[in-house]
Amino acid sequence: MAKLKLNLITGRTIHQGVAMEGGKEKDAYTKACGIIEMDPSDMKKLGIWKGTNVRVTSEWGSVVVKAVEATQGPHPGLAFIPMGPWANAVVNPKTYSTGMPTFKGVPIEVEPAINEPVLNSIQLVQKKCRGEA
Amino acid sequence: MSKVVTDVICPFCGTLCDDIEVVVSDDGKKIEDVYNACAIGAEKFLHAQAPDRVKRPRMQQPDGSYKEVSYDEAVEYTAQMLYKAKKPLMYGWSSTSCEAQSIGHEIAEKVGAVVDNTATVCHGTTLIAVQDVGIPSCTLGEIKNRADRIIFWGCNPCHAHPRHQSRYSVFPRGFFTNKGHTNRKVIVVDPRVTDTAKLADYHYQVEQGRDYELLSAFRVALRNEPLPEVVAGIPREKIIEGAEVMKSGRFGIIFFGMGVTQSLSKNHNIDNAISLTKDLNEFTKFSIMAMRGHYNVTGSGQVLGWQFGFPFSVDLSRGFARYNPGETSSNDLLVRGEVDAVFVIGSDPGAHFPISSVKQIAKLPSVCVDPHITPTTEISKLHVPVAFVGVEVAGNCYRMDNVPIEARKVVDPPEGVLTDVEFLTRVNARLDELMAGGK
Repeated sequence: MAKLKLNLITGRTIHQGVAMEGGKEKDAYTKACGIIEMDPSDMKKLGIWKGTNVRVTSEWGSVVVKAVEATQGPHPGLAFIPMGPWANAVVNPKTYSTGMPTFKGVPIEVEPAINEPVLNSIQLVQKKCRGEA
Repeated sequence: MSKVVTDVICPFCGTLCDDIEVVVSDDGKKIEDVYNACAIGAEKFLHAQAPDRVKRPRMQQPDGSYKEVSYDEAVEYTAQMLYKAKKPLMYGWSSTSCEAQSIGHEIAEKVGAVVDNTATVCHGTTLIAVQDVGIPSCTLGEIKNRADRIIFWGCNPCHAHPRHQSRYSVFPRGFFTNKGHTNRKVIVVDPRVTDTAKLADYHYQVEQGRDYELLSAFRVALRNEPLPEVVAGIPREKIIEGAEVMKSGRFGIIFFGMGVTQSLSKNHNIDNAISLTKDLNEFTKFSIMAMRGHYNVTGSGQVLGWQFGFPFSVDLSRGFARYNPGETSSNDLLVRGEVDAVFVIGSDPGAHFPISSVKQIAKLPSVCVDPHITPTTEISKLHVPVAFVGVEVAGNCYRMDNVPIEARKVVDPPEGVLTDVEFLTRVNARLDELMAGGK
């Protein structure tokens, strides 16, 4: 199966903000944040369509999210997951003596995961805390 | 008949818009519509009315389900947990009022807790840099009336602070900026072509994590010293042009966000950005300001500052205030397993901390005080719902430029739901009893 190495950054989007205030247990939050924004050229390299589920893996964890085309691009080589539990499943927790985990500039590997579902925020965090998922 | 409440403060982001109008039903119980707010702010007001809102505290059962308990039981559990813990973490504080923060800190001092706010995953590194080199700043009013050079560095206000540009930084007509955005030059530095970058006059698509180099390059260009051909992916000519634009303004401002605080180099990026601001003051008037996220994260820093001398990551476990980010900050404490209870209020570490820290919270005795259902409430042993500050209860908040603004109450909270201040006051009183030797 094809795998692609990318540089991950996380951050806010307005959809993330609205969905967060509307309730993190709701589907809208999963739709807004359980995604990875990729450059169209990177999607082509990986051989996936828009809307394909992908597994994102870093040194610190792994998570399934939906691949979408970046609206704030182009930025080949860079991937973006909105701030939330999906991004935080793979970010670098090291703070290098500043208290601040490294939420931006995380080396990740992306691979298609067509048959794996995107969990909602509550399921994801609960499963991760119990050592599953 | 419905009535309109005017001049309402929006309790979402650090811009703290103060011109919201909320239409409420005649009995003052229901919010019908919200005017002037951004999409996120409006959602916050409207969500307060959600029919599935949790209105009573819930205790997690061994099988993972939740059982409703009374506020008395919730106060008892919280007080006992904090009393028994050797080193509890009291985290959050950014989505509640300064009054609640003040009572919370009183509790923290009594039980020897570590108090930390959301700056720890947001502008904590900024606060470190500010303590290292100081900060030349101003108010948002001065930006609106005077600033003609606006730099957004590593921030995306179109998405994170949706009304910032229209109220203060780009579009408004001010006293000396009476042509609005045509009076201003906007520079955006971001590794992505963000929606903010799309409306800028100049976009510097910096290589991710190379902000320090680009900041240094601007400082070199200001001094007319030689530069390499390309720095951080930006050609030399573009850097020199940018430096000229900055120099030629009458009043400039650098707004910066997570792009510099969360990328590697962290506080050093901000040191350098502040030094660039200082350099620019050789030529013209320049300021710098952090784009604060939560509406009262600035207030939490202020209250901690008055009471203990430090703006976040304050460790009171030895009976006096210690501050050493990297040691006394939430994520480091959690990952190293150094705290034995977690109290969360006005924030959601379950969604916004790296999963390794969240796993640790799930293992410990934990209380989450939050009106919403969040990943944190769903892994905490006790969830205490409270009234929304800024919607259902008034309270003092600080805007991102350190200006205090009193948030207003718009509607009544659901019957029987306590406010943050009431809940913390009751926990504080119960702790006094426990410490006096009562049961």
